[in-house]
Amino acid sequence: MTSVPLSAYLVLALILFCIGLYGALTKRNTVIVLISIELMLNAVNINLVAFSKFGMTPAITGQVFSLFTMTIAAAEAAVGLAILMALYRNRKTVHIDEMNTMKH
Amino acid sequence: MVDNAWLIPLFPLASFFLLLLFGKRFGSRSAEVGSLFTFVSFICAAVVFTKSLHESSYKQTFNWLTVGDAQITVGFELNPLNVLMLVLVSFISFLVHMYSKGYMNGEKRISIFYAYLGLFTFAMLALVMSPNLLQLYIFWELVGLGSFLLIGFYFHKQEAKRAAKKAFIMTRIGDMGLLIGMILLFWQTRSFEYSVIFQAVEAGDISQSLLTFIAIMIFVGAVGKSGQFPLHTWLPDAMEGPTPVSALIHAATMVAAGVYLVAATYPLFQASEVALLVVAVTGGLTALFAASIAVVQTDVKRVLAYSTMSQLGFMFLALGTAGYVAAVFHLVTHAFFKALLFLAAGSVIHAVHTQNIEKMGGLWKKLRWTGPLFLIGTLAISGVPLLSGFFSKEEILLSVWDNGNYFLFTLALLTSLLTAFYMFRLFFSIFGGEEKTPIHAVKESPMIMWLPMIILAVFSIGIGYVQTPWFGTFLGDWLTNENSHHEFSLWLMLIATIVSGIGIGIAYILHRKSSLLTEGKSSAYRVVANKYYIDELYERTMIVSTKAVSRSLVYIERYVIDGFLLVVIRITRMFAKKATKLQSGQVQQYGAIAFLSLAVLVVVYLVAGGYLR
Repeated sequence: MTSVPLSAYLVLALILFCIGLYGALTKRNTVIVLISIELMLNAVNINLVAFSKFGMTPAITGQVFSLFTMTIAAAEAAVGLAILMALYRNRKTVHIDEMNTMKH
Repeated sequence: MVDNAWLIPLFPLASFFLLLLFGKRFGSRSAEVGSLFTFVSFICAAVVFTKSLHESSYKQTFNWLTVGDAQITVGFELNPLNVLMLVLVSFISFLVHMYSKGYMNGEKRISIFYAYLGLFTFAMLALVMSPNLLQLYIFWELVGLGSFLLIGFYFHKQEAKRAAKKAFIMTRIGDMGLLIGMILLFWQTRSFEYSVIFQAVEAGDISQSLLTFIAIMIFVGAVGKSGQFPLHTWLPDAMEGPTPVSALIHAATMVAAGVYLVAATYPLFQASEVALLVVAVTGGLTALFAASIAVVQTDVKRVLAYSTMSQLGFMFLALGTAGYVAAVFHLVTHAFFKALLFLAAGSVIHAVHTQNIEKMGGLWKKLRWTGPLFLIGTLAISGVPLLSGFFSKEEILLSVWDNGNYFLFTLALLTSLLTAFYMFRLFFSIFGGEEKTPIHAVKESPMIMWLPMIILAVFSIGIGYVQTPWFGTFLGDWLTNENSHHEFSLWLMLIATIVSGIGIGIAYILHRKSSLLTEGKSSAYRVVANKYYIDELYERTMIVSTKAVSRSLVYIERYVIDGFLLVVIRITRMFAKKATKLQSGQVQQYGAIAFLSLAVLVVVYLVAGGYLR
């Protein structure tokens, strides 16, 4: 059971985070961008859970914390999608590079 | 009461603020408000006066600032000279407040007028109570401001505006002298206090040449304020102000501040022969010079203005010839009869609506009150025996004679002659001869105007008896705190009387021949009528050169400084344009930049913190 080391979890989290970051910074479709952000949050959750078991002072707190993060992430996704819907109705586009009215 | 004397100037100040804030609500009742406050102030001054007849002096100071090791104090001082000025200023100010109610009747901005009068009275009262030069200087400038505001009271008139500016600038030139003198004194004695300065002078701590320079610089301040040659040109123009103002500020009180200043710092002058001589010669020359101009002026107020200059010159002449008491005595008598003359002239102007004496005449029967009152003032200033001007003028002549400078004595006698002459010329051309204005137009002024004049007239007659060879020399004893012997010189009185008589006689003869000198067209007449072309001289030299400098500075400002600023503006704008490109609205770009920056920060932190080995 204890054969999976901490570093494996961390590497997985790192990979997930990088994929998420890449998606968030490069994809034109705003839905994909939002999903990528979810991915980054989940990478963080993996870290929290991993450290709650392998950390210097193992405790249940990390897992509880990750539950909170998931709740917040769900709420954030809901708000984000709602904003996206409103934007789409107004602008007829979901491309993030066309949502550039807030410039000088 | 004496230790609360600092309240005296605060009453007019309260009146100033009250009228400034609620003037509209008071309306024409501003006159009563202003008069009431000044009256309270006068009563307090009078009480202090009676108290201080027995006490020698009283002084109270507080620390204000500490500069290095020097203490700068504020406070108030009551010595005989200060108390005398306090009573004089508050009394005449009160009478002028009263008179103005009649004279300024119907004026829309009457509350502003009374507010300014209050401000001026406050500043003047505070000026004469100052125990040190710095405090004196502050109020010195404040009375200048009061004068400026009141000369320019009819600011919609172009001449009044010009006159106000001229008065302000000309006196400021003199004030520079006073400031220089003050700074030098502070540099030498580390104090502005009169007492400390006088001690240093007595002990000989200041070198003789520097002392002379300081005294002359202080005198320059007095010259500016008192309208002495060569800074006199503002005083005649100041007559653009309302006549009560001319009576209060430009005859009785503010212009006498110069004399007060020299009198208050008299030990400085006594320590320097040269400075005294400068004072005497300036005073003597101004006296004659102004009197000669007064002979040919046709504006009643201007004649009186030049007469004021001339009389102030007399006071300086007395100061310069060690006649301290004579000068202060003449200051007091002059304040009364000149205020009377101005108020009477104002009453005439009020009646006939012109200031040109060539358009007046035969008013003796029309102006039942003003005529005799004007005559009393004229007699007093001319030095007719038994009136106040006679005694003070005789005192001055005596002090000049004792000084042994016969040139100055001749100047003084000539001035006496001219004074009697031009004053009676003025009197005859206003009140004598035939009428030139329609009868129905001329009406005597209301009681509120002739009542103050009667009070002034009583004093013009009686005030001289405080310092006479017959009944004692109360004023001199009190001022100098010792029993001064007074030599009785009948011949001098006789000469003074004869000289005045000659002046009056010439005026009468010329009046009867009805050729009032004004018809002369000789070149000498033109020179005098044009006030010796002093104004023109200043116009051509000082003003032109100052304007040239200003203009060149304008070009420097416009092209050099503005050009430099333009370059700065352009560079900033260029950078700004580049920087706005960064805000593209692309949220992913922002995210990339934020993340990269975070990464860089982490790397820096790792390297700098030594976590990477």
